[in-house]
Amino acid sequence: MSSVDFLIQGIIKALELIFSINPYILSITGVSIKVSGTATILSTLTAIPLAFAISFMHFRGKQGLITLVNTGMGLPPVFVGLFVFLMIVPVGPLGFLNIVYTREAMILAQYILITPIITGISLSAIKAVPRSIIETVHTLGGTQQDAVIETLKEARFGIITAVLAGLGRALAEVGAILIVGGNIARTGSVGGIGEGLSETRTLTTAITSETSKGDISTSIALGIILICLVLGVNILANFFQRRE
Amino acid sequence: MEELIRIESLQKVFGEKEVLRNIDLTILQGEIFAFIGPSGAGKTTLLRILNFFEIPEKGTIKFMGINPEVINIRRRMSLLFQTPAIFNNSVFENVAYGLKVRGIDKKIIEKKVGDALNIVGLPGMEKQNARTLSGGEAQRMAFARAIVYDPQILLLDEPTANLDPANVMKIEEIIKRIRNERTTTIVLATHNIPQVRRIADRVGILLNGELIEVNSKEGIFSKPKDARSEAFINGEMIY
Repeated sequence: MSSVDFLIQGIIKALELIFSINPYILSITGVSIKVSGTATILSTLTAIPLAFAISFMHFRGKQGLITLVNTGMGLPPVFVGLFVFLMIVPVGPLGFLNIVYTREAMILAQYILITPIITGISLSAIKAVPRSIIETVHTLGGTQQDAVIETLKEARFGIITAVLAGLGRALAEVGAILIVGGNIARTGSVGGIGEGLSETRTLTTAITSETSKGDISTSIALGIILICLVLGVNILANFFQRRE
Repeated sequence: MEELIRIESLQKVFGEKEVLRNIDLTILQGEIFAFIGPSGAGKTTLLRILNFFEIPEKGTIKFMGINPEVINIRRRMSLLFQTPAIFNNSVFENVAYGLKVRGIDKKIIEKKVGDALNIVGLPGMEKQNARTLSGGEAQRMAFARAIVYDPQILLLDEPTANLDPANVMKIEEIIKRIRNERTTTIVLATHNIPQVRRIADRVGILLNGELIEVNSKEGIFSKPKDARSEAFINGEMIY
């Protein structure tokens, strides 16, 4: 069998798995969306106020914070994974949380990874709002709060793009969540494939484990779902960029 | 006419450049006062100081004899920029902005926005997206936005600099109409000498950050006190 035939057969089997709504694949997709979605929501709640504070407020250490955000945008995921792992192990400073190899740990790692990304891109979107818009708010009698609201309206598509970029990064991330989540599935085969239902196994970590076991069709099925999710997020991001 | 704004010994420095020095001036209630001067003379900076966007290094500004809180006096004035910043919204929302931040009743807002758009010759355009307006229409909409809450002081920074003659004429008619129908004091910064001749009551000539002469329009154009004023009015290169 040639490698092309092997690939085509793998894709056909993968599509069968997807369209048969296999519980193993469904649970992995669900965990991916829940973990990445929760991390994105928490990061957004932190990043957007942070970006506005940096843009509108004068405080000591502001330049240092901007440098930290910019550096954070390029953080290596495996380093973040290792850092979070060392924090949450029983002997670590956050060991009392008892979250090693849980979804909460994965959310924490993704939160650390994507908060700088959402902050940095939001900051650029806010800075792109012409100064004259803010001055017009003030000259028309508006307060600083009105200026922030008007800036939010003007930068909204850029900020949505930032959130979607964070979500895309979270969905595609593998290194950090593999370390802190442990890639765990409940024992027991479901539907003839896999190891049961996902506990902390996501699309990305499952692809690594299924590939290493030689289950190429399951890996391709997971890959197709992952690509569709990331593609969907990017199509949305492009839509908002065009609106901007 | 009563004194509205008194500026004393005003100085503004950007870096090492003194952009305004020793400005002493009184602006009267209800007049159209025009600052004229070449680009870089300090006209825009002076308007920005009057609207609290810049803080002078020295000097005082008093409004009706008092030095009030920024937000209070700001809500009694309006600054129209050379290139207006248009909010990404409808014409109605743009014009209504100053009223909404003042918490005015919705029905009153609708009436005032309609009236302001009538004054600037844009009736019935409330629903149009403001960013689809032409340059002249956008400037007139910005004018409506600036006058809709009846400011006591209207600061105009080169309001016709980027406009064609037809729109220049319309803006000048609006300025004269506001002056005639309301008690608004208008402070205009421009380098358009014919425009000053058409609409101003009094004129101040700014050269290199110095207010070299303040005079009535007639005085400036017929008997200027300063030789540099005469040279500037006559279009000679003195800067």
